[in-house]
Amino acid sequence: MKILVLINNVPDTTTKIRFTGDNTAFDTTRVQWIINPWDELALTRSVELKEAGAVEQISVANVGAQITEPTLRKALAVGADDAIRIDAEPKDAFFVANQLAEVAKDYDIILAGIEASDYNGSAVGGMLAELLDFNSVSAVSGLNIENGELVINREIDGGSQVLSISTPVVLIVQKGIAKEPRIPAMRGIMMARKKPLNVVAPADADAKTTLVDFTLPPPKAACKMVDEENAKDLVALLHEEAKVL
Amino acid sequence: MSILVYTENWDGKFKKLSFELVSYAAAIAKEMGSSVTALSIGEVADNELNKLGNFGAAKVLNVNDSRYNSFDNRALSMAVASAAQAEDAKVVIFAHTNLGKAIAPRVAIKLDAGLVSGVTELPSNFSPFIVQKKVFTGKSFTNVQVDADVKVLTFSQNSFELVETGGTAEIVAFDPQLGDDIFATSVKETNKVTGKVLLTDAEIVISGGRGMKGPENWAGLEEMADLLKAGLACSRPVSDEGWRPHTEHVGQTGKIIAPNLYFAFGISGAIQHLGGVSSSKVIVAINKDPEAPIFETADYGIVGDVQKVIPQLIEGIKEM
Ligand SMILES: Cc1cc2nc3c(=O)[nH]c(=O)nc-3n(C[C@H](O)[C@H](O)[C@H](O)COP(=O)(O)OP(=O)(O)OC[C@H]3O[C@@H](n4cnc5c(N)ncnc54)[C@H](O)[C@@H]3O)c2cc1C
Ligand SMILES: Nc1ncnc2c1ncn2[C@@H]1O[C@H](COP(=O)(O)O)[C@@H](O)[C@H]1O
Repeated sequence: MKILVLINNVPDTTTKIRFTGDNTAFDTTRVQWIINPWDELALTRSVELKEAGAVEQISVANVGAQITEPTLRKALAVGADDAIRIDAEPKDAFFVANQLAEVAKDYDIILAGIEASDYNGSAVGGMLAELLDFNSVSAVSGLNIENGELVINREIDGGSQVLSISTPVVLIVQKGIAKEPRIPAMRGIMMARKKPLNVVAPADADAKTTLVDFTLPPPKAACKMVDEENAKDLVALLHEEAKVL
Repeated sequence: MSILVYTENWDGKFKKLSFELVSYAAAIAKEMGSSVTALSIGEVADNELNKLGNFGAAKVLNVNDSRYNSFDNRALSMAVASAAQAEDAKVVIFAHTNLGKAIAPRVAIKLDAGLVSGVTELPSNFSPFIVQKKVFTGKSFTNVQVDADVKVLTFSQNSFELVETGGTAEIVAFDPQLGDDIFATSVKETNKVTGKVLLTDAEIVISGGRGMKGPENWAGLEEMADLLKAGLACSRPVSDEGWRPHTEHVGQTGKIIAPNLYFAFGISGAIQHLGGVSSSKVIVAINKDPEAPIFETADYGIVGDVQKVIPQLIEGIKEM
């Protein structure tokens, strides 16, 4: 089995969100970049499966400019065997999925995250599956490989399922796929320097959407406080004033 | 030309979300001078399908076929795309649920459409087509312009008021004609949550954090949830500690919810927690620390001990 893990480079989850140029672009100054949390869990699970002998090779791929290379090096340090960077500024999910299609077609399992924590697209994994005409399973919260057969847990709206599906397949993963993201060890970091990081020229593709501008939610009014002794008054406020009870 | 809405059913019934979707689609159809076709896939009785007419669907395409119960993504997207083509749909709308998120991107590729996921408003403009969505996990919004003839949207729950029209819909059987070999997902086991209000459907959510001190203290929250027909949630450390099941974990790495009312008991209000709940209409915080960051986001608050406050709230609710 060969696994490809899609790695998106996103701002650290505590980043203060600011915009530039009349609110038309996200302000990346002083931003710390991380592996998208779900991609990090997907990678962790892949490494576990490789250690268990169920997977031979793990590659990681990113569509991005050179600034994403530290993130790919980190993925190599966590345990990927090689990395591919498609050298293009991601325009939208359609553009990104088209870029990935060419490199992804030779893998048995492709893992994508359920959404990128920046633009919350929830799109690239599904689009890639469709472009390759692979099947896909979404909201995957568990992956095991038993005698070459994929056994998958997924969340459905209102419950969960265990299923099997043949490869090649795109799995779109969420919480549960691995317990905690794996932190690279010193040895991993040293080894990562020697692992291949191949830069590939972008394919010809358009975007179908553009982000016109951004707005921040309006500032909240001050929190209305109720005394601990009169907690019952809160029920009345929620009922009569906020009208949510 | 039409607006197609994929109305998911849960065991043959529609939830409020499906009616919300149809109402939203009807408002778009009005602006575009078009009409709404609802697509129902699975085993749904006619009297249930009829309800969609009351929210503005002129027509219901009914794919009554149990093979789709395995939620095979490829098969479902083929079925939706063929309905969209049959109806000459210019806008195809899904719910921003696990299923909607799984299929919408595939359908967008099939229809050569532009996709916007997690929309929260009606489009602000139709030519060019511009619609708002949440980004940065609720910390910001963006206006997205779609530069394609067909638009695919996934719609965030609780963003649009239901509008009852009193209308009726024409129900038409529809068969996308897929062979058995397309259905490649083989489901071995399904576990449905029963008897509890689902967190993602709940209009009221009651959530506990580390300030609850231990799983033995949840009885009061459970009682409140029963009284209010609310869903139960928790912060990440609470599910990590095993005090509550991981399905209740909300936040950036857990479930993202937007109920009308969110109660945070003993939750500090870390940014990753707020990422999952900040779109709630009203947030109530109970925390013994007046400096807890949750009070910056909350609409109502009590500085106090959860153990003292919970019994009083229960009493108040019972008297209501
Ligand atoms: C990448 C990443 C992703 C994360 N994702 C999530 C996520 O999805 N969801 C999530 O919740 N967290 C997430 N976290 C963790 C998050 O940063 C916080 O650590 C977590 O939300 C804190 O949980 P808490 O509020 O329950 O606990 P604490 O921060 O320990 O807060 C407990 C609160 O209870 C109050 N308290 C204590 N005793 C009482 C009492 N008797 N009565 C009233 N109040 C009392 C305290 O004043 C305190 O404010 C994530 C972190 C990272 C780094
Ligand atoms: N630029 C990118 N390069 C590689 N993978 C990506 C990129 N953007 C998104 N992905 C993958 O697609 C998933 C969902 O992202 P999105 O559809 O943008 O929300 C992410 O978790 C990644 O696995």
